[in-house]
Amino acid sequence: MSEQKKHSAGERFRRWLNQDTDILEQQMIAAQMKAPAEVDPEEVEWRRQRLEEEAQEEQAVARRLEAFNEQKVPETSRFLYCCICVCICLAMIGMLLYTVTMLPKFAAEWDPTINEVPQRYIEKGLQETGAVNIVTGMILDYRAFDTLGESTVLFSAVMVVLLLLRMDAESDKYSTLAAAMRSMPHTDTFYEPKHDTILQHTAKILFPIAVLLGIYVVLNGHLSPGGGFSGGAIIGAGLVLHVTAFGFQDIRRFFTYKTYQRIVSAALLTYAVSKTYSFYTGANHLESGIPLGTPGAILSSGLILVLNICVGFIVACTVYVLYAVFRKGEV
Amino acid sequence: MTGIIQLMMLFLIGCAIAVSLTRDLLTSIIIYMCFSMVMCLVWITLESPDLAITEAAVGTAITSLLYFLTLKKIHAIDARNEMRKKDTATKEKDGGAAR
Repeated sequence: MSEQKKHSAGERFRRWLNQDTDILEQQMIAAQMKAPAEVDPEEVEWRRQRLEEEAQEEQAVARRLEAFNEQKVPETSRFLYCCICVCICLAMIGMLLYTVTMLPKFAAEWDPTINEVPQRYIEKGLQETGAVNIVTGMILDYRAFDTLGESTVLFSAVMVVLLLLRMDAESDKYSTLAAAMRSMPHTDTFYEPKHDTILQHTAKILFPIAVLLGIYVVLNGHLSPGGGFSGGAIIGAGLVLHVTAFGFQDIRRFFTYKTYQRIVSAALLTYAVSKTYSFYTGANHLESGIPLGTPGAILSSGLILVLNICVGFIVACTVYVLYAVFRKGEV
Repeated sequence: MTGIIQLMMLFLIGCAIAVSLTRDLLTSIIIYMCFSMVMCLVWITLESPDLAITEAAVGTAITSLLYFLTLKKIHAIDARNEMRKKDTATKEKDGGAAR
């Protein structure tokens, strides 16, 4: 591997032009050839057994399906079924299209959504929230309660996914498959090619860019397009890319189920407490005491920056945990 | 500019129809990804960059990733599956010829 790394970019390009064997491909082949030496025979045996079991299961299902398909269905009822399907579909499409024709034209004057509420947001938004980006000012100040609800929905969605799919010491008692999966290493990459060089090189370049862009979008949520939700989603996507390319061990070093719980509960609580404070003071016409700062500065617009960071944490962790749990049943 | 927007709208409609008509689940997810990408451009032309960023991250990356993972869980994307599909295809051909 070390001698292959000496090739410069120009050399690699020349070889690619001459259609010699690609160096990346060579590395990939070398890595694939090297891989079996690391795998212990026990795991290989387990894999073989697992594949056999699965094949048997699939055959049983296929037999049942065949038996089901061989049941005689009268020709007329089948025809009727198709007719009714098409009719219902066409009726739904027609209804929806008819409704669309009755919608007001985009930005028409008699559009009922153009009323005093958006006018107030546009005219006084900057003054009252201090956020240059009116959208963020709206969702994290005027309608912050909705955003708290959205974050809680995300959190509870992850909790339910964990409840359904997580495999821990408890699940070993009920499922032999879960016990086997947990006791064996590398099971999360059971069906995947290992050491995919193209994916790893791409991830190496894209991962830092994605995370940096995400952090930028979160911190500048009140100044430029974006905000906690989009920035968090970008960070989460970057983490997922890294995990797909290099496996879970890097991220597990600093991010486990416990970290997830702590970060998300802390973020949700901070959000709830700070918003409770501002609702209390705002509803009673008290001075909130939080300076709005000069519009356009990074430290401005009061609580919005804090709320953005909270939402960013929640969304990034949620995306990563969803992926990890879906993929191997553990965070 | 309006020409480009109309072209994108037509592409969106084409994608939506194609998603429902493809038999292969993997293909339909990739078409769905294309739909999200073009939708992202449409949001930009409608002057809502916030939505465009969210659409790019959530619609294109995360939703499709979760779909891919689900397909993997139910073994819909699997080398053995491809082989089996080929088998059934040849069998159907043979059966059709015999009939």
